Amino acid sequence: MALSREEVRHIALLARVGVTEEEVERFREQLSNILENFQALQKVDTRDVPATGHAIEMKNVIRPDEIAASLSQDDALANAPRREGEFVRVRAVLEF
Amino acid sequence: MEYEVVIGLEVHAQLLTKSKMFCGCSSEYAGAAPNTHVCPVCLGMPGVLPVINQQAVKFVVMTGLALNCTIAEYSKFDRKNYPYPDLMKGYQISQYDLPIALNGWLTVSTNGQERRVGIIRVHLEEDVAKLFHRASPEGETYSLLDVNRAGVPLMEIVSAPDMRSADEAREYLVRLRSILQYLGVSTGNMEEGSFRCDANISIRPKGDQELPKAKVEVKNMNSFRAVFRALEYEAERQKKVLAGGGAIVQETRGWVEEKGVTVSQRTKEYAHDYRYFPEPDLPPLTFTRPWVEEVRGQLPELPEARKARFVAQYSLPLYDAQLLTGSKAVANYFEACLALNGKGAKRAKAVSNWILGEFNRLLNAANAEIDSTRVKPARLVELIEMVDAGALSSTAAKAVFEEMFNSGESAAQIAARKGLTQVSQASDLDSFVEQALAQNHAAVVDYKAGKTQAVAFLVGQVMRLSKGRANPQVVTSLIKKKLDGTS
Repeated sequence: MALSREEVRHIALLARVGVTEEEVERFREQLSNILENFQALQKVDTRDVPATGHAIEMKNVIRPDEIAASLSQDDALANAPRREGEFVRVRAVLEF
Repeated sequence: MEYEVVIGLEVHAQLLTKSKMFCGCSSEYAGAAPNTHVCPVCLGMPGVLPVINQQAVKFVVMTGLALNCTIAEYSKFDRKNYPYPDLMKGYQISQYDLPIALNGWLTVSTNGQERRVGIIRVHLEEDVAKLFHRASPEGETYSLLDVNRAGVPLMEIVSAPDMRSADEAREYLVRLRSILQYLGVSTGNMEEGSFRCDANISIRPKGDQELPKAKVEVKNMNSFRAVFRALEYEAERQKKVLAGGGAIVQETRGWVEEKGVTVSQRTKEYAHDYRYFPEPDLPPLTFTRPWVEEVRGQLPELPEARKARFVAQYSLPLYDAQLLTGSKAVANYFEACLALNGKGAKRAKAVSNWILGEFNRLLNAANAEIDSTRVKPARLVELIEMVDAGALSSTAAKAVFEEMFNSGESAAQIAARKGLTQVSQASDLDSFVEQALAQNHAAVVDYKAGKTQAVAFLVGQVMRLSKGRANPQVVTSLIKKKLDGTS
């Protein structure tokens, strides 16, 4: 299954990764190969297999509604790319 | 051509849990210093493991049952991927194809007609962080991020496109909020953002059964009034577009409160590509039927049931019962008054009249809630008892109540201080009556000549002389007794 250059650009946009024209072509080939390999899975007959979201048989893993300690503000902001007072400063947000 | 409006609503309600949806941070973000109710889980750090808050799940099940939904036997969480700085992980944990509750309904009544609005689904997700937009002195725009709200449990309730007017949409929201408040699962406060509504609206030729091809999503409505106005506006706008030979464009429009219009929010047209997939960190949920029935059995009395009980138990008119039970706090206040006055149902209508009349007027003017006022139920009951006993005229009682509302004093204190206590003792009124009869000879003559309405004039004179404090019923009988006795 071959991807188009347009699809590669779209995937890059969704992942917020900048790509050059050469990279678009390189990733197009690589991603197409990966997809082709996965095509093998399409041959498996799954008519009687329920959709599986989880590989392990666990369910209802829940916790009681209790408050636990949070981080201090300084710890919380320690990894922020940019801090302004009590906040994380980020670039202007564009609606989309 | 005559058109019909088609409206569906999506409501997001924050749940009243103590802790967040997937971590132990406090969900009480409103008064907290920025970025203090955060931990590696809600900050979206790598390698952490979210765990489902049991209470949030139960709240959604309760809501689903109250909305006549089926509770799923098997439900799961999914990742909804989109990049936005208020989303710490780059995805929101939500529910895609297997929500907790589905296929219910909610009854609305407009213009005296009751209709069922379908509920498509109720699901659970997490709230996002808060962004504050700023501009530097150099004109650079940027945003500040407070992560406290991120991860607060959020319940989404999606209605079917069953509403046919802005009025009906508002009624649906009022009823839905009332149910959530009765259940105690959400504050339902729209202004504070704990109860948010987006609307899908389109129009079609009246009588058509199919949904119109293009619908408009309206956002940014922060009050019931805003929802009503925005939908009225949008329906008219769409009619004008069609009447002018145009076509409705499927788009998102934002309500601009100050201008009273919706404006297109069309920006770069990225097709939404959420790439939902099952959340690998959260095992699925299963709900056994006995447990669901147990929760159903624990549901509190809901607005509809309480309304019916108020009519049956207190002989209230349906109108009063409807208004009183619309708010859980108001209904509780009403019943607290009845429990206090010892006469219970006998005084129900008087209590209702006060709450829905003067009290409501002052609450609206002060933009206050009944459970936070200075007039506690015992104080209102005292006032009503004074009126009943003839110690206060109904006119004076209104003035006294307003003073109670403002100062928090008791009715007796205020009436005594302002000299408003009604005089009902004949011995205290005699001198006023004598004076009125002496000063108004013509009226006395009229009365004796058979013009019985002259009594009303004389009563008025006594009221004037007593500065409004005389009990008019007592005065009337005193005057009649005197005039009839001397004829």
